[in-house]
Amino acid sequence: MALDRTGKGGEDVESLGRAGGSPLEGTGPLEGRGPAAEGPLSRLERAALAPVTGTSRWYYLWVAFLLMVIAWGVYAYSRQLQDGLIVTGMRDRISWGLYITTFVFFIGISHAGTLISAILRVSQARWRTPITRMAEFITVVALACGALFVIIDLGRPDRVLNVVVYGRWQSPIIWDVLAITTYLTASIAYLFLPMIPDLALFRDRLAGRVSRWRISLYDLLSVRWRGTPSQWRSMGAAITTAMILIIPIAVSVHTVVSWIFAMTLRVPWNSTIFGAFFVAGAIFSGVATLIIVMAILRKVYHLEEYITEKHFVYLGYLLAAFTLIMLYGNISEFLTAGYKLEEGEEFHFRQLFLESYAGFYWFYALGGLVLPGVLILMPWTRNIWGVVAAAVLVDLAMWVERYFIVITGLRVPLMPYEPASYSPTWVEWSVMAAGFALFALLITLFVKVFPIIAVWEVAEDLESAEFAPAAGRLPSGAAPEPAGGAGR
Amino acid sequence: MKGRHPNEDTKRSRDMTEERPVPEGRELAGHGIGRRGVLRLLGLGAIGAAPLAVMPPILRTALGGKEVRSPEKAARTKDGRIRQWTMIIDLRYCDGCQSQEAPPRCTAACIEGHFAPEPMEWIEVFEGELPGGGTQFIPTPCQQCQNPPCVNVCPVAATFSTPEGTVLIDQNRCIGCRICMAACPYDRRFFNWGKAPIPPESLLIDYSAEHQVPAKRGTVMKCDFCPDMARTGTLPYCVQACPQDAIYYGDLEEDIATNGKGLVAASRFLTENQAYRLKEDFGTKPRVYYIAGHGEAAGRDPYTKDRLPTTWPWTERVKGAKTWSR
Repeated sequence: MALDRTGKGGEDVESLGRAGGSPLEGTGPLEGRGPAAEGPLSRLERAALAPVTGTSRWYYLWVAFLLMVIAWGVYAYSRQLQDGLIVTGMRDRISWGLYITTFVFFIGISHAGTLISAILRVSQARWRTPITRMAEFITVVALACGALFVIIDLGRPDRVLNVVVYGRWQSPIIWDVLAITTYLTASIAYLFLPMIPDLALFRDRLAGRVSRWRISLYDLLSVRWRGTPSQWRSMGAAITTAMILIIPIAVSVHTVVSWIFAMTLRVPWNSTIFGAFFVAGAIFSGVATLIIVMAILRKVYHLEEYITEKHFVYLGYLLAAFTLIMLYGNISEFLTAGYKLEEGEEFHFRQLFLESYAGFYWFYALGGLVLPGVLILMPWTRNIWGVVAAAVLVDLAMWVERYFIVITGLRVPLMPYEPASYSPTWVEWSVMAAGFALFALLITLFVKVFPIIAVWEVAEDLESAEFAPAAGRLPSGAAPEPAGGAGR
Repeated sequence: MKGRHPNEDTKRSRDMTEERPVPEGRELAGHGIGRRGVLRLLGLGAIGAAPLAVMPPILRTALGGKEVRSPEKAARTKDGRIRQWTMIIDLRYCDGCQSQEAPPRCTAACIEGHFAPEPMEWIEVFEGELPGGGTQFIPTPCQQCQNPPCVNVCPVAATFSTPEGTVLIDQNRCIGCRICMAACPYDRRFFNWGKAPIPPESLLIDYSAEHQVPAKRGTVMKCDFCPDMARTGTLPYCVQACPQDAIYYGDLEEDIATNGKGLVAASRFLTENQAYRLKEDFGTKPRVYYIAGHGEAAGRDPYTKDRLPTTWPWTERVKGAKTWSR
């Protein structure tokens, strides 16, 4: 049965879906179900469609608030374009500040998607399915926002194309441009591929319920998905390729971000561990961000049935594991340098541990590494609230860490002069706030348009769970993969 | 909830699995690409990526971008060898212009000659501590490294090494990312944070990377070693202005250096006076050499601290220009 969907209206598609005669027309495990059957699968479908079909007053208020923050940031940036970077707190001796901090932080949280999605997919951890889509989307949005901050930081944003025209591959900045654009491309592909069956589902189920352009969008993006065996096979192959490719790309991205710093002759940045340390910190903050986004979306869109305490606790364990890795990194980094205390290191250790930046460092070390670990490992705080609190602490601490890495690294005097100081101006704070608002806005809008839960993957899980002996518990990694899961 | 499925549901999904050949297809999905497929994909990828290599030249031509190197030809000796500019600063004679009761003259002359915006001191006289509590003055221009960290990290080749062994910046190409400032271990790079506070007449001068006038907002500047002046036989501003003749400028290729009063054979002069370079252990291989001292030959007592602060003579400034601090 050859169906050409191009040029056909939404009604046509819907009627075909309703007829549900041939399985080839369906959109995966969900097809063929009448609206009357309120089984778990149709409940899932309803939950997935709910954000798209209903919009509350709070949603508009929230979007309006975000738009206001962004508008203010755009105004601040326009002042910067007009007067130059003089409106920031950066000067010759501390020549990078909030913008580069935010850039590094955003690129860091972009690692949420890779870890949760690709690594858990490769290791076939099935509990990941309800949260992969969110993780992948955080990746794409964070990368886009992060890349924006490099351009915001430029003295001559009008010449940004010089990077393409005159780019030298010897420069760490060009490594970054290459790595981030590659990662962004791969992340979009990796977000898009597993979404195709869900987009087809939206195309079929939402026809007539949402505006026409939305249906044409789904129609376009679902690339004529009909759920044929060959389509499943192609998609599986594509996802497999993408998930394996994306892991080394993701590792490379944060490694080269750290090399922007480590390739210079600044004492505190002159560290071989920097790349690995940054990658670990990236995954750490990425998982924390995912936990926060997950908690918010779960509350707002009533996804309690799919995103359960177990997901929080499992991600909490990951977070706890990374607190240990980060602590190890700290010891490894600071002990090797502090034991010898070369010239410059002494100043750095004083400012970081005892003097002007001690507050930042100890908040990071105690509030961002030790406390979250304790929150997760103590049984009485090992619940949703405990894990979310830990995640918030971790994200704050990781931002602070990026901040003091950038500032204290530049602050160590190179010549006999008084150490410089840096305090961000309202322009920098405003632009940074706008960056975070943009991040939130893109996620908010995405939820409105695209399936935030990987419907077909969760549906597969629900199906396989029916046969699992311990219903309600996810099959352990050792359990044989149910049919259809191998490619994923 | 998963345990309470109506039988119907279970049955239906089982039926579905039986009806459709889909799951088998998906089971194979992970192995859908064979070795040959991977090779084909890689081949296609290579073909697809090939245009990337030719893109930049095409874009350069399309956008009319010029390859900016040292605009004039390299300076040469009479027998055609490229000169290798160098600077030797004899700290025995440098008293930070304490005896002149003026801010360091080298800095002042450089600022006036280059219309350097406040607060840039392309040659800055640092006061370093000596063991025992005294101080020495260290005039510090760009060190013109032969392994220049700034040139290595520049993403667009806006800063580059010249055949004469100096480092220049093309402010028409610089994108203002400031990674060179992070990379320079001598704090010798300056950024135009705002509209430069410089006299309007400087805007009339034809721009050249060898002179860096007029200053351009959002770009990096530094000591350029005055190669345009050296080529015509004039010494750099700082060398000319030094009242103690402490700064020598010269050519390592011809092995000659002068402070404007006398000539020395550069290599012998460096050797006999145990010259050193700043932060030599970084391996940056600077072209600026120092002879240790604390202004004793100019009659300075090392315990008289402080020099007068540099001033910028620009009373007339570009409209709307504001100064900034380091």
